[in-house]
Amino acid sequence: MRGTLSDRMGAALLMAPLLLFLVLAYAWPFLGVVKWSFTLPTPGLEQYHALLTDDLVQSVFIRTLRIAAIVTIVSVTAAYAITVVWVRGSPVQRVLAEFCILVPFWISVLTRAFGWVALLSNRGLINTWLQSIGFISEPLTLVRNEFGVIVGMSHFLIPFAVFPLASAMRSLDERVLLAARGLGSSRMRTFWTVFVPMTRSGIIGSAMITFVFSLGFFVTPAILGGGRSVMIAELIYLRIFQSPDWGLGAAISVVLVVFVGALMALLFRYVKPKQLV
Amino acid sequence: MPTYRPGPVSLILAVLVALFLLMPLLAVIPVSLTPSRMLTMPTGELSLRHYRSLIEDPRWLDSILLSLRIGVVSSVFSTVLALTFSLGVWMFQPRFTAALVGFVLLPMVVPPVVSAVTLYFLLTSISGVTSFFGYDTWLGVAMAHSVMTVPFATVLILVALSQLDRRIDLAARGLGATVWERATRVIIPNIKFGIVTAALLSFVLSWEEIGVTLFITSVNAITLPRLMWMGLRDNIDPAIAALSVILIVITVLVLAVRSLVTRQRSAS
Repeated sequence: MRGTLSDRMGAALLMAPLLLFLVLAYAWPFLGVVKWSFTLPTPGLEQYHALLTDDLVQSVFIRTLRIAAIVTIVSVTAAYAITVVWVRGSPVQRVLAEFCILVPFWISVLTRAFGWVALLSNRGLINTWLQSIGFISEPLTLVRNEFGVIVGMSHFLIPFAVFPLASAMRSLDERVLLAARGLGSSRMRTFWTVFVPMTRSGIIGSAMITFVFSLGFFVTPAILGGGRSVMIAELIYLRIFQSPDWGLGAAISVVLVVFVGALMALLFRYVKPKQLV
Repeated sequence: MPTYRPGPVSLILAVLVALFLLMPLLAVIPVSLTPSRMLTMPTGELSLRHYRSLIEDPRWLDSILLSLRIGVVSSVFSTVLALTFSLGVWMFQPRFTAALVGFVLLPMVVPPVVSAVTLYFLLTSISGVTSFFGYDTWLGVAMAHSVMTVPFATVLILVALSQLDRRIDLAARGLGATVWERATRVIIPNIKFGIVTAALLSFVLSWEEIGVTLFITSVNAITLPRLMWMGLRDNIDPAIAALSVILIVITVLVLAVRSLVTRQRSAS
């Protein structure tokens, strides 16, 4: 039956609206952005040349990679700790862990960044408290710098880092762990030599997702970095709306897509897409 | 049967992470009650003035209504497109399915800032033709949000379909049902929950959307996140704290209801 003319017609009719919509509203304008990167302000490879030579652009790229790497390590480690309890804890522990993971996950990035401003700013909760107990006399600078950006981004990304880890921990055969314990291995040793290696695919997936997400991050660095630790996404925004230098903004976008695409291709050589959810 | 449970070290670490995750959400509560016009901790006296300003200041109300309208329109649009596409995939299993699904998922995996530049290009191009639909119009924002939410809706509906027993569709087909009847009377009723979830997620994603919205609006189409953004960048308005508290409470309530519903569904 499969592949008859009417079947093909049916499939085409059902699938066409969405495909057409995305070709017109996404693929075509993306090609337009690529065109910008080669033609604005004058045709040529000038913008790509600027990417390789401009000091500001270079320092933003390096800062973005550094922050993304730190955020990835922090998020995956923290996510690992809470996922262990979410997957293997007692029923009550599981419900509590799930609550702590899903509530932030569903709350908007703006609200969460604002929460960190309320905590970390000069007149925020932490500085007010530390001053009231006399621990410090001058407020600590906790936002409008890289520290604030890393804290806020890690907070945003931990729930995303949890899902691939949870999937790896769920599919793990519990009997192996019990066997290790039964043979006299300590908790610590079982964890490091059996549990962690068996969740390797989850760790890789989780790290890749976190890293890729942090490369294109815009809102959190813009709010918690206060214009001082600009990352790639904010640089694109500034080049398009403030300079305005559309060609350079477009060229950075193209490079970012190519870089992320290469990372994803690398990821899927090690992990199947299904293991990520 | 013995089970492998996390030990005390794991539990302590998990509690620390849980505190880290909840801390900023709890921190907005005291700030929202400050009597001051600035972002400070309340000292002594508490006040609800920032909650009142949410109702009294027309800017907040206008942007809430705009966000609701954009959210509903873009959610219906992307759910319908995702549903027809997924039905085509599931019923006919055409060749190149993997590539086509991959294409549809692109806005989900491409860095949002690049999608934002792309949609900015699209809407400014449209603005050159018509001012009714394009850069800084609510229809333009709704369309841009649909691009961003349609991959998520598609994933949820495809997952719902993958759990559906193909034999009921084969039976309907064997009994002479047309494609339309199979879709509307057999398949859709069986994936209702998935479709509703897809619509809900699309709405929430549009309601919260800021990364793309920043690029495609300036003074007319001020959605709620856009207004919050303006308040956060310039001088921080404690009304944002009041609004955040309300949004957090709504989220917690919706999650609680949802977990009760899922529990009942799995019990029955």
